[in-house]
Amino acid sequence: MLRERIQASNYSFLDKLRSIDYLLILLIIAIGSISVFAIYSTEGGKFSFYTKNHIIRLSVFFSLFLVLSFVRVSTWYKNAYLFYIVGLILLITVLLFGISASGATRWINLYFLNLQPSELMKIAVIICFARYYHRIQSSDIQSYKFLIQPIILLIIPCYLVIQQPDLGTSILIAGSGIAIIWLAGLNIKYFVYSGLLLLVSLPFVISILKPYQKSRILTFFNPDRDPLGAGYQIIQSKIAIGSGGFFGKGFLKGTQSYLEFLPEKHTDFIFTLFSEEFGFLGSIILLFLYILLIYRIINVGLVSRSFFAKLYCFGFATAIFLYVFVNIAMVLGMLPIVGAPLPIMSYGGSSLLSIMLGLSIVMSCKIYNQEQISVY
Amino acid sequence: MLNRGRNIEKGRVITRRMFILAAAKILLFAGISSRLYNLQISDREKYEILSDKNRIREWKTPPQRGIIVDNFNKVLASNDRVFQLHLILDEINDFDVTIFKIKNIIGLDQFEIKKLYKKKERLKPWDTLVVSDNLTWEQFSKINLYLHELEGAKPVLSTSRFYPYANDLVHVVGYVGDASPKDLEKSEIKENFVPGLKVGKYGIENSQEKMLIGNYGIKRYEVNASGKRISQIDYIKERQGNKVNLTIDIEIQKYAQDLLKGKAGSICAMDIYTGEVVAMASSPTYDPNKFTHGINQKDWQEIRNDPLKPLINKSIAGLYSPGSTFKPLVALAALEYGILDPNKTIRCKGHKHPYELYGVKYHCWKKEGHGYMKLRNAIKQSCDIYFYEMARLLGVDKLSIIAKRYGLGTNVLGDLYNDEKNGLVPDTKWKRRALEQSWYLGETVINGIGQGYIQTTPLQLCLMTAQIANGGYKIKPHIIKDKSINYKGVISKIKLDQSNYPLHERNYLDDINVEYYQRMYHKKSNINFVLDAMFGSTNEQYGTSYKSRYDDPKYQFAGKTGTSQVRRITDLDRELDLDTEQIEYKKRDHALYVAFAPYKDPRYAISVIIEHGGSGSKAAAPLASKLIKRIIDRHKLREQFNNGNTSLA
Repeated sequence: MLRERIQASNYSFLDKLRSIDYLLILLIIAIGSISVFAIYSTEGGKFSFYTKNHIIRLSVFFSLFLVLSFVRVSTWYKNAYLFYIVGLILLITVLLFGISASGATRWINLYFLNLQPSELMKIAVIICFARYYHRIQSSDIQSYKFLIQPIILLIIPCYLVIQQPDLGTSILIAGSGIAIIWLAGLNIKYFVYSGLLLLVSLPFVISILKPYQKSRILTFFNPDRDPLGAGYQIIQSKIAIGSGGFFGKGFLKGTQSYLEFLPEKHTDFIFTLFSEEFGFLGSIILLFLYILLIYRIINVGLVSRSFFAKLYCFGFATAIFLYVFVNIAMVLGMLPIVGAPLPIMSYGGSSLLSIMLGLSIVMSCKIYNQEQISVY
Repeated sequence: MLNRGRNIEKGRVITRRMFILAAAKILLFAGISSRLYNLQISDREKYEILSDKNRIREWKTPPQRGIIVDNFNKVLASNDRVFQLHLILDEINDFDVTIFKIKNIIGLDQFEIKKLYKKKERLKPWDTLVVSDNLTWEQFSKINLYLHELEGAKPVLSTSRFYPYANDLVHVVGYVGDASPKDLEKSEIKENFVPGLKVGKYGIENSQEKMLIGNYGIKRYEVNASGKRISQIDYIKERQGNKVNLTIDIEIQKYAQDLLKGKAGSICAMDIYTGEVVAMASSPTYDPNKFTHGINQKDWQEIRNDPLKPLINKSIAGLYSPGSTFKPLVALAALEYGILDPNKTIRCKGHKHPYELYGVKYHCWKKEGHGYMKLRNAIKQSCDIYFYEMARLLGVDKLSIIAKRYGLGTNVLGDLYNDEKNGLVPDTKWKRRALEQSWYLGETVINGIGQGYIQTTPLQLCLMTAQIANGGYKIKPHIIKDKSINYKGVISKIKLDQSNYPLHERNYLDDINVEYYQRMYHKKSNINFVLDAMFGSTNEQYGTSYKSRYDDPKYQFAGKTGTSQVRRITDLDRELDLDTEQIEYKKRDHALYVAFAPYKDPRYAISVIIEHGGSGSKAAAPLASKLIKRIIDRHKLREQFNNGNTSLA
C-alpha cells in the first residue's frame, strides 16, 4: 500500500504529460470546432450572441478540463459522494428557487451562467456509483442489501428532475446509473425482471405523465397526428435531414433552419441543422467522431488499474453514448422528443460543463491509470 | 490472495459487461446510420420536395384585364389607376389598433369595419388584407402622410376596370365584380384566378372572359416558417388579357341612348350586309362603374326598384309583340307562297263593320276604316283588315316558316349574352306541344298583325328588317368584330347577285367562302315589293311614318311602324278612344318602328321600341329618323375605317 502511494505521488510532470490521451483531446477539439460552425450557422452566418457565447464557454470549459485533468483520480474518488450530495442540494435548490422558462423550472441563476443542476447530476451519479461499486466485493453485489442502496441513490435525483419537469434528463440519469450497475456485475435476471415490470407498468406510467409528455409520446408514434403542433418538430426535422441528401445543402445553406422552420435548432436540434447542411457524409463523420470519443474513453478504462476508474470510464462512455444516441434518434424521429442535448455540439453551458467535467475525470484516470485506490 | 483473485474476477466481469454494452452501442449506432441513409439517400427526393414546399411560397400577381374598344378603336372599357390600401397582416402587432387608426384617417363606417374583420378571418396570417380598393386621392395622400404610424399598411397603386361611357354601354359591355363561387367553377376563371381579381358579370365582360382575363404572374419568394418573405427567387410576369374589338360605334350608341333618355325601350342598328351591330341601346340604364368596387346598398336598391327596369337589356331580353312591324314579313310570306295577288282588293270599313270570323270581331286600328286597299297600300297604311284576311289565307304554319327564316324565334347573338331571349314564333305544332291545345283560326288572324303569341326582341326585329332590306340574304349578326371575313368582297358579291336578278346564270354567293350567306327568298320581286311598300309607308302621303321622312335621297329611308298592345282592347276603349297621355302608363301600347336606310342602296337596318310609348308613328319613328341621319353621316367614316384607314378615328 505504502509503495503504491509513493509510486503515485512520484509521477513526474513529464510522465503526466506523456500519459495524456492526445487523441481524446483532438477529438474534443474537433467536435468543439464543428459545434462552433454549426452554431454559427444557426444564426444565419452572423457572428452573434450564440456563437460568441458558445466559443467563450468552449474555451473556458476546455481550459477547465485541462486543469482538472491533473487532479489525481483518488481525489475524485474521495469526493465522489460529496459530488453527489452537492448535486442533490442543487436540485433541491432548483425546486425551491429555480428560474423557469417555457413551463419548466430547471435553472439556477449564477449570474454568469444559468446552471442546470440536472446536467451535473448526470456526472455525479456516475462518479458516485463508480465509487460505490469500487469497494463492493463481487460476491456481495447480488445481495439485496447492496442493491437497495444504489437504487435509492438513483431514484432520488430522478424524482427531483422529473419534478422540474424534465423527463429526458431524468431518463439519461437513470440510464447511466443502470449502466454502471450492469457493469458492476449485477445478475442479468434483475435487468430482465425490471424490464418486464416496466413494460407491464407502462400504461400506468403513461397515465401519470404530464399532458405535453403524453402528447409527445403519442406524436412520436404518429407525427401526422398534429403536424402543426406536437408533431411539427419531428416532421420539420425529418424534412431538414432528408433534404440534405448525401453531400448536404452546404455550409450556411440549410434552408430549413435558416428560414426558421427548425425549432430549438441551436440546442436539441443542432444535429438536424448540421445534417441538413453537411448531408449523410457529414453526419456519418460526426457520428464516427463520437464513436471514436467513446472508444477512447473505454480505452482509458481498459488501461486503468482501479475498479473506480474502470467503472467510471465505462459508465461515462455509456452515458455519452446514451446522450448521442437519444439525441440523434430523437431528431431522426426514432424516439419521442425528450429534451436531450447532443454532447459538446448543443448550445448550453451546463451540458457542456458537465461533459467537460466528466471528460476531465476520464483524463485524470488516464494520467493516473496506475494508481491503486484503497477501498477505504 | 483470495482478495486478489476476487478482484481479478471482478475486473473480468466489468470488462466482459463493457464489451456486451459496446456491442449494443455499435448495434444502435448502426441503427442510426441506416436511418440516416434512409432519410438522406433513399427518400431524399421526397424530403427535398417537402423542403421546397416549406421554403418557397408563391404569390400570384393579378393580370390586367384586356381592354374593350368600339369599331373605331375607342376605348369602352379600360383599366384605370386606382389608389388602394393594403394591410400586410403578419407585420401588424395589434389589428384593432391599426384598424382604429385607419378608420380615423380615411373615415370608415361601422359597417365597413365589420366587413373588414369578416374578411380578415378568411385570410391566412401572412396574407394581405385589402382595406379599400378605391381610395380618393385625398384619402390616399392622408394615408401616406400618417404611414409611419400605421404598421403593416401599404398604399398601393393598382388598376381597376373603368367604363368611360358609363351608362351608355352597360347593356352591351356589361360590368365586372368580385368572383362568386359559381364564377370560380368556370375553367377560364379558375385557371387564371387570383384572389381579388374582378371577373365579368354580364355582357361582353362575361362572355369574353377567356379573352379578357389574361394570365396571372407568379412571384416566388423564399419564406421563413412564419411565412415572412425573405427574398424573391423568381418572377413570371403577368400577361394582360386580349383586346376585344366591338362593332359598336360609340357615337351612335351614345346618341341612341340619348334619344331614349327618360323612356323605357331599345334602339338597335345593324349593318344589313355585314351583320355588324352598330348600336344596341337599352333604356333606362345604369352606371357599371358602380359595380367594380361593389355597389352600395342604396344605389343597388335604386336600380333594382326602378319601375322601368334598367337591369333588363331590352334589346335582347325584352320580349314584345312585333305588332305592325311584322306586317312586311306577313306580306312577304303570302307573296312567296303565292297565296294572294298583291292587287287583291279588300275593303276596310272601320269600327262599325269589323272583320268577322266565326262570330268574333276583329277591328282595324283606324276608326273610320281605310276603304279599299291593295297589298301595297295595306302595308303603307298598316291596314289590319287586309292582314287579317291575308293571314287567314296564309295560315300560321307557313307564316312561321318565313318568320323563322328571317330571324325571329331564335336568339341573335348566340351565347354572348346569358339573358338573350329566343322569342316565340308560334305554329300549330308549338301550341299543341307547349299548351296542349289545338290552334284556332282566330289566333292566326291576330298573328297576322303581330299580336297574339308571337314575341320578338328588338334585335330580332332589326335582323328581320336587315335581311329583307339586303334583298333577302341571310347574314350573321355579330357584335364582336370578325376580322376573318373580307366584308368589302362579300358586299360586292351580294350586290352583283342582286343586280343580276333574275338572270341568275350563276350564284355569286358561291364565291363567298362564308357558309351563312344564302338567298332566302323564292322570288326576288316579292322582296322588292315589300321594300317598295315600306318606302311608301315612310315617304308617301298617308304612310304611317310620313312625318318622319327625309326628302334628301342620302338620308331617305323606308320603314314600318308598329303599335303593340299590352292588353286586350275592349269595346269601351274603342268608344273612349283616349290619347296616349290619358291612359295609365302601364296600359299604354308599346311603340315600335323598324326601318332601313338609305332607301336607294340600303346599308343599315334599325329597330326602335319605346315601351308604353303609344303609337309607333308618333313615339318611335321620329327617334329612328334622327338616328338614321346620324348613322348615315358616319357611314363614310366607318367604311373607310373598316377598309383599313385607321387614321380617321
